[in-house]
Amino acid sequence: MKTLIETIVTPLVDYPEDISVTRSEEERKIVYHLTVNDKDVGKVIGKNGRVAKAIRTIIYASKTDTNNKRIYLDIM
Amino acid sequence: MRQVTASGQTVEDAVQSAMEQLNTEKDHVDIEVIDEGRKGILGLFGSKPAIVKVTLRKNPILEAEKYLRTICQQMEVDVDIEVEQQENRVTFHLSSEKVALLIGKRGQTLNALQYLVHLMINRSAKVFYVVVLDAEGYRKRRKETLEILAFRMSERAKRIKRKVKLEPMPAFERKIIHTALQEDKDVETMSDGKEPYRHIIIKPI
Repeated sequence: MKTLIETIVTPLVDYPEDISVTRSEEERKIVYHLTVNDKDVGKVIGKNGRVAKAIRTIIYASKTDTNNKRIYLDIM
Repeated sequence: MRQVTASGQTVEDAVQSAMEQLNTEKDHVDIEVIDEGRKGILGLFGSKPAIVKVTLRKNPILEAEKYLRTICQQMEVDVDIEVEQQENRVTFHLSSEKVALLIGKRGQTLNALQYLVHLMINRSAKVFYVVVLDAEGYRKRRKETLEILAFRMSERAKRIKRKVKLEPMPAFERKIIHTALQEDKDVETMSDGKEPYRHIIIKPI
């Protein structure tokens, strides 16, 4: 799942080397925390959060390594 | 990435020679002029060749296909992708056993993927591409469903003599409904609300 998020984001940003995804698992949910270079924040969020929403839609659809827990994606 | 530096009497000559070395055409490369060159007196004294650096640009469509393939692979979906290009319109036909996962509820996953591919392809490309993702004929089936919905809802609007609101849809789906009801002189269609909640209203005249 971490690699999936990185794969999606990498071609969209100017500074791919600054992408980092961390994972924290809680009792009922798994939170993925995505950080990118300050200049790229707008690119991964998009107008009215359109890009962020698209990224979330895809990771919610992907059921890999989730143990049936709810997935969250935090950006920055 | 492939790159060559070439020289010639003029910039054009240098570019031409670089194209031959890379075996490509002007549309697929970035050209950087390093030295414009100088003709010199009578073409004899003090002449300097033009030097250009030519970089072969990656093919945006191939890159997009690779992007899609990697995403699907990491979603653990085996997928076959067929690419079809008509001018600036690129359609990726996906087929898979788990195609339902890629389509999602009312095509939301497919639309999300389509939007991301559209973004990445148009970031690197010089021409603007319209990206369509299709999965086992989903777009066509969806079009038929939407047309049936359009006719049913227009009948309803006429019967109750009131406006009928449809649920929010992306622009290309709203267009299908507008087009379906264009010929119907008894109703008018319009869109209201802000993306992504923009929806169709069918109004009886």
